[in-house]
Amino acid sequence: MRFRDADLFGTVKLLPSTWHFENYIEGWKGSAGITYTKFFLNTFLLVVPTTLLTLFSSTLVAYGFARFNFPYKKLLFTLLIAMMMLPNTVVIIPRYILYNKFHWVDSYMPFYAPALLCCNSFFPYMLIQFLRSIPKDLDESAYIDGCSTWKCLTKIILPLMKPALFSAGLFQFLWTYNDYFNSLIFINSVKKYPISLAVRLSLDSESIVNWGKVMAMAFVAVLPLMVLFFCCQKYFIEGIATSGMKN
Amino acid sequence: MAKTSAVTMKKHYTKRDCKGLLYLIPWLVGFAVLQLYPFITSLVYSFSDYTMGGSLNFTGLDNYIKLFTRDRDFWNSLKVTLLFGLYVVPGKVILALLVAMFLNRNIRGIGIVRTLYYIPSLFGGSVAIALLWRLMFMDGGIINSMAAAIGLPEASFLGDTHYALPTICLLEIWQFGSSMVMLLAALKIVPKELYEAAEIDGGGRWVKFWHITIPQISPILFFSILNQTIQELQNFTSPYTITDGGPLKSTNVLGILLYKQGFSYFKMGYASAISWIEFIVILIFTLLLFGTSKFWVHYADET
Repeated sequence: MRFRDADLFGTVKLLPSTWHFENYIEGWKGSAGITYTKFFLNTFLLVVPTTLLTLFSSTLVAYGFARFNFPYKKLLFTLLIAMMMLPNTVVIIPRYILYNKFHWVDSYMPFYAPALLCCNSFFPYMLIQFLRSIPKDLDESAYIDGCSTWKCLTKIILPLMKPALFSAGLFQFLWTYNDYFNSLIFINSVKKYPISLAVRLSLDSESIVNWGKVMAMAFVAVLPLMVLFFCCQKYFIEGIATSGMKN
Repeated sequence: MAKTSAVTMKKHYTKRDCKGLLYLIPWLVGFAVLQLYPFITSLVYSFSDYTMGGSLNFTGLDNYIKLFTRDRDFWNSLKVTLLFGLYVVPGKVILALLVAMFLNRNIRGIGIVRTLYYIPSLFGGSVAIALLWRLMFMDGGIINSMAAAIGLPEASFLGDTHYALPTICLLEIWQFGSSMVMLLAALKIVPKELYEAAEIDGGGRWVKFWHITIPQISPILFFSILNQTIQELQNFTSPYTITDGGPLKSTNVLGILLYKQGFSYFKMGYASAISWIEFIVILIFTLLLFGTSKFWVHYADET
């Protein structure tokens, strides 16, 4: 086994004897004539709207659940929570067929639509938990003073929700950025590839793998996340620590 | 509990309350169109030989019969998936608990250590890290080069059917950080008086661990185990990126089998049957966990 793969990959040393910056320059050129500039643009075009739409829809849904007592609330809330346990794999095939009918395959709509329709229950759940910790008196007194429910949300609740929204946004950003399975299924053409598919492509596109180049690009792919994490680590850790609490 | 439901029964819903339903519209639509509808149709498809672009012919239990009797890959994939869960979930949760307990003291600089442990769970799921894992463990990779340099024999981690799965599991276990952060938060709010009382009664470390720590953090522990089980039984990215199911299908989890049938061969009916079996496996484990929770999970408001 050893000799065959060694011929393919060459041996890898722990520390390279010479540092090759050209790995980055060569790697950046990408594959099939599409550069990493384009791959990064694609990624942000995919991730940023998905994150914003998630925040928008989860805020509405969380506000609805946390501040109103409508009929069948208990049943609906149970369904919302139960959806956290619904495996993605069991819905992916009909979703693919549905998106195909809408001509959404090979576009970013398969990512935007579930975000707008609040399909990841984790986010409304996280925000509901947060809203429970904000005293109801605040918005209820505003309502009695004649404030509409929408105004209560935008003027009173929303400013207080900033830290929770920031945490939720960071998680959705990170998860969408890292997501591989959905990108692999829904995005077909290389010119629309986000970074996760591009990195994998660098491995598959050549018969002899240039690991230096592959790892250079893998590093470039994680770099934005690293920067994001170190700038806002407080929000990441608080977000995850509180979301599991208060069952 | 009984009190609150009696109050809601008597209560009339105000106009304001019904407005609350308006805020739920995004989720109600999403639930109906992107969750409930696909959930039911995938079951329907699983009884058909539907292929992408073809027509829908119902073939009864054919897909399931074929899976269980003729498809050798299926039994293998089921076994691999269960092994994957069996290695990763306990490994991850136990490591998370141990590290969380270690970090649960007031030493300066513990925040940095916590962050360092937390990082892998944020980036570990990405393709980049899976590729790094491949580079480290492949034949002639970093680990083997290191072993060779100090005179140790080289091992074919990813080329040997016995080692490939554990090597991938290691990558998953390494991502214990998010469970750890949750458990650490839970450990921090265990009342100190309980430990003091146990000490007065002469309870040792072991007694304190089993009779105070575990019951007190049991809701979070349960949540972590449940979450990890659901996630890991569906894992796809790491085995797909690192070994692509090989060698000799020893890492071919159900997720890869489903992906190949559904999105390489576009056998949507067959793939749906696989997805439903995967779902039932996850459901069985979820129900088992909920069943055992009565015996060991203690919620604070019960007492």
